[in-house]
Amino acid sequence: MEHFPILSVMLLIPAAAAVACLFAGATAARWIALGATLVDLVLGAVLWASFDIGGAQWQFVEYVPIFGRFAWALGIDGFALLLILLSVFLMPICIGASWKAITTRVPEYMALFLFTEVLMIGTFAAQDLFLFYIFFEAGLIPMYLIIGVWGGANRIYASYKFFLYTLLGSVLMLIAMIYMVMTTGTTSIPELMQTDFPAHVQTWLWLAFFASFAVKMPMWPVHTWLPDAHVQAPTAGSVILAGVLLKLGGYGFLRFSLPMFPEASAQLVWLVFALSAVAVIYTSLVALVQSDMKKLIAYSSVAHMAIVTVGLFAFNQQGIEGAMMVMLGHGLVSGALFLCVGVIYDRLHTREIDRYGGLAINMPRYAVLFLLFTMASVGLPGTSNFVGELLALMGAYQVSTLITLLCTTGIILGAAYMLWLYRRVVFGDQKNADAAAMPDLSLREFWLLAPIAAVVLWMGVYPESFLAPMRQDTVILLERLDRAKPAGDSLRTPGNPAAAPAHEDVAHGEAH
Amino acid sequence: MQAIHFIIALPLLAFIVAGLSNRAFGIAFPKLVTTGALFIACALSWSIFIPFLTGGGSESVAPVFTWIESGKLDVSWGLRVDALTAVMLVVITSVSALVHLYSWGYMSEDPDQPRFFAYLSLFTFAMLMLVTADNLLQMFFGWEGVGLASYLLIGFWFKKPSANAAAIKAFVVNRVGDLGFMMGIFGTFLVFGTISIPAILEAAPGMAGSTIGFLGMRIDTMTLLCILLFIGAMGKSAQLGLHTWLPDAMEGPTPVSALIHAATMVTAGVFMVCRLSPMFETSHAAMTFITAIGAATCFFAATVGVVQTDIKRVIAYSTCSQLGYMFFAAGVGMYGAAMFHLFTHAFFKALLFLGAGSVIHAMHHEQDMRYYGGLRKKIPVTYWTMMAGTLAITGVGIPGSLFGFFNIGFAGFHSKDAIIEAAYAAGATPAFWVGVFVALLTSFYSWRLVFLTFHGKPRWAGSEHIQHAVHDAHGHHDHPAEEDAGHEPDPHGATHDEVTDGTGGYHPHESPAVMLIPLLVLTIGAVFAGFVFHSYFIEADGNFWNGSLFFDEHLAHAMHEVPVWVKLSATVAMLIGLLIGWLAYIRNPAFPAKAAETFSVLHTFLLRKWYFDELYNVVFVKPALWIGRVLWKGGDEGTIDRLGPNGLAWAIQRGSGIASRLQSGYVYTYAFVMLIGLTAAITWVITR
Repeated sequence: MEHFPILSVMLLIPAAAAVACLFAGATAARWIALGATLVDLVLGAVLWASFDIGGAQWQFVEYVPIFGRFAWALGIDGFALLLILLSVFLMPICIGASWKAITTRVPEYMALFLFTEVLMIGTFAAQDLFLFYIFFEAGLIPMYLIIGVWGGANRIYASYKFFLYTLLGSVLMLIAMIYMVMTTGTTSIPELMQTDFPAHVQTWLWLAFFASFAVKMPMWPVHTWLPDAHVQAPTAGSVILAGVLLKLGGYGFLRFSLPMFPEASAQLVWLVFALSAVAVIYTSLVALVQSDMKKLIAYSSVAHMAIVTVGLFAFNQQGIEGAMMVMLGHGLVSGALFLCVGVIYDRLHTREIDRYGGLAINMPRYAVLFLLFTMASVGLPGTSNFVGELLALMGAYQVSTLITLLCTTGIILGAAYMLWLYRRVVFGDQKNADAAAMPDLSLREFWLLAPIAAVVLWMGVYPESFLAPMRQDTVILLERLDRAKPAGDSLRTPGNPAAAPAHEDVAHGEAH
Repeated sequence: MQAIHFIIALPLLAFIVAGLSNRAFGIAFPKLVTTGALFIACALSWSIFIPFLTGGGSESVAPVFTWIESGKLDVSWGLRVDALTAVMLVVITSVSALVHLYSWGYMSEDPDQPRFFAYLSLFTFAMLMLVTADNLLQMFFGWEGVGLASYLLIGFWFKKPSANAAAIKAFVVNRVGDLGFMMGIFGTFLVFGTISIPAILEAAPGMAGSTIGFLGMRIDTMTLLCILLFIGAMGKSAQLGLHTWLPDAMEGPTPVSALIHAATMVTAGVFMVCRLSPMFETSHAAMTFITAIGAATCFFAATVGVVQTDIKRVIAYSTCSQLGYMFFAAGVGMYGAAMFHLFTHAFFKALLFLGAGSVIHAMHHEQDMRYYGGLRKKIPVTYWTMMAGTLAITGVGIPGSLFGFFNIGFAGFHSKDAIIEAAYAAGATPAFWVGVFVALLTSFYSWRLVFLTFHGKPRWAGSEHIQHAVHDAHGHHDHPAEEDAGHEPDPHGATHDEVTDGTGGYHPHESPAVMLIPLLVLTIGAVFAGFVFHSYFIEADGNFWNGSLFFDEHLAHAMHEVPVWVKLSATVAMLIGLLIGWLAYIRNPAFPAKAAETFSVLHTFLLRKWYFDELYNVVFVKPALWIGRVLWKGGDEGTIDRLGPNGLAWAIQRGSGIASRLQSGYVYTYAFVMLIGLTAAITWVITR
């Protein structure tokens, strides 16, 4: 494996397949897309198997100068590895989900999805600042087109909103990047991660990056593009949007904001925490009153991603590893939930919750899988999301008990809106004849959901497989952050039992 | 592989096999698999428990594999066995096995039986994970697992709106408690750097007296942690404030109520406090809090139980009240007594619930006691077994030790009296008086249940369920989903029925043997569990517990030294309750209605369960929905969008007059070209 440019190959295969799709018919395009994404999945597995845990920080490094300082520089650490795995895992599922749902302009559609895969893997693997920027921002284009061309009735407004928000953030980030390159003279991300910028400069750069990442995350109050984008996007578009594109913001914080600007990160923790705590409560309450299934899940995504930001800015191992686990878990679970919505949307062509009901009777297998993903979304122990939320909040508790308490209320509200959704769709009596006539999962649909279910349980019961690759990277990041680490609000003062206040001091049970 | 591995794995495998096969191999296969697995697990559990009685048991932890490792946090799946766990193992597997068997009869007409048995086994697995936990996180896993099973089983008849509402309520209210539990776990990890239970218990005394920051305040460390964890226990064990889900949980099938909402799951909170007892011992404030909550719940639930007319709800409030007893026993420091009552209660309360199920079965799913009466002769086995349960819960016995003899009585006599004596001995006078008074109420509502159901004249004719059954002439049997008490017809309706003997022409039948055998087995527990085991559970030297919970020998001795009137108080209260019950329901059956009329305000207050549901609805549920709508319409759409993207679009349209292009989407294409161009240009500038 020493010299095999596996990352470039993983980029090249979907890119070539995308071009091939454009020259193929609808059926051929489907098979090409499925084949290419499956090959990438296999390559992803190879990548995981040959990743040397505890070895060099950057592995599978490739470097080809293009012009000037701009280079084709690729390489991954544990964080990038896991997010690449998430991308290549969800991609064949997306193609499968679009198999029958998409009937118009199939070749173009498949080509765009393959193109998205290239850009996602590229974003996580890029080691050159501008290469990263191109991958990161270009990710907008296919998603924008997917929503705008194959989307629902109000797709133009949704894609406009999606575009406007993300563009605005990225312009500021671009300016910051140019400044960084001009002052340091390097475009290498690993080198920049070791660079100490002056504290006052850090703040500005941090804010510029924050503008971009906060939108991508999305954080409150720049989250309003997400519900619209999800509602209008086709099912597979929602899966990729929730599954991978929302992780770009978190990855950005992890790769840029935290290691490059530690002082600024520590200084602005309050901002991240405040926005996150507001997001959890605000969006959970909004999710509670939604009548559109996709909107409900979209709002719940905002709440979950707020747990990610809280964990990342906890400045400790539990927080950061937990945030990563939430990203992976949420990617799988919300992707699966959108697939679940897609399954019944394909049958009845409505997202109105009230049009369904009693599906447990005519779709029992669907009911079981939907229940599993609902419970995972609620963060039930034994599922992926629990591990992440627990660690992220445990990390956050060491910094701020108040913020942790506010964010932990999400487990109550989350249970309320998800179970209420499930009850209205799956339980109850069959009140709509057309919903009652829907057939259970087809074999294709079952095999889209079953692999996700398996991984969700795997991550919940034995998360070590996923925690191990990133352990060393977290430690490296924490070494970098150590000098700026904020003090928690819950520090313990060892007390002398004799000196404690009288009412605490009385040994209990005087009458012993 | 040790026995404990099998005990845990069997219910899990049974759940998976039964769940996956469902109806594929017929309906009997999943029933056989789950019931068989549980009986084997039960036998293995007793084989673990008995050596602890004879002094041959020893503490062990069987590791399974790593769960979560992150920095200092190192959590593994593991199966801990000690005296405390062994007690829980026999309680869980015995009741579960019997409930599995009982369900063969009770659920026999339900087409979804495989799913039902799978859920029961899933519950058993989760509960066993909870009690074998060696760290707080695995306990939380079991904690949430039983919550899931409870949710699924309460909502088992998922077509019923009331069952669905009750299921969601149970889950969400429990989550409020879980918030406390999770915060407690976070705090524990912060303070101790570990969440391994033995490590915490060892380090806890060293933390006494220290303070910690919490929400900007400074609080005694151990008090904070104990109260946070106890909030979790309050949710699971339905203590005052977080109790509202338990009565509603009666929407589930009756075997579920017996297993989950009486004998096992709801006692998880008591178990947790006992498991962590050395930790709770370090905070006097937390102990006082537990005593107060326990006593308050004990009193509250008993008062509500006195006026309920639904047979299952009476028993549900009774459970809530008995859990209060267990908590205040723990709160005053007599954990052995708390566990003892947990143990005996599991048998007699499961018996009462299964007995009630048998009555409901006989009465064609009628649950309203106002339509019962005179069933003694019709279903004699049910009557006598429930009588044993009633004698056990009310605490009938002879305090022989006063006369130099030994105490002899039914299960509750030993365990409840021990709690009341412990409260007195520990100086918790208010809790003591609450305990005595509630003993009176317990006796009253329990005998009221027996008198209304089995004695007097039949009042069946007024029941819609019975009318249904008679009109259908037993032509077809209703699905148990009909089991609801939502309708409340006029209780005096029976009088103007044509059939003058009040039976409405209905003939109740005794339940089949599969239902009666579990009743008889549990009767043995209800009669003998107290007498046989009291020397182990609350013995003065604490040898049985062997350090698995905090045992205060001084308190144990002091319990035996309490004055004679204290020892007699519970028995006297019980007799007064019985007397009032007899006077009101046998001697003068018109009295209760008159009393309800005279004290109508109080009666309504109790009937409405102190208005907790109404209060929560106004304070939490409605505002949450209202705020959600305001944030959505006013916040997201009215403010953020209006000032953000929509405002920008408006400005662009005004400024450049490219409205048509905006609509057609050209503007984005343009912007993308611009963006890419910008990137290329800048790249070139920098790198040249």
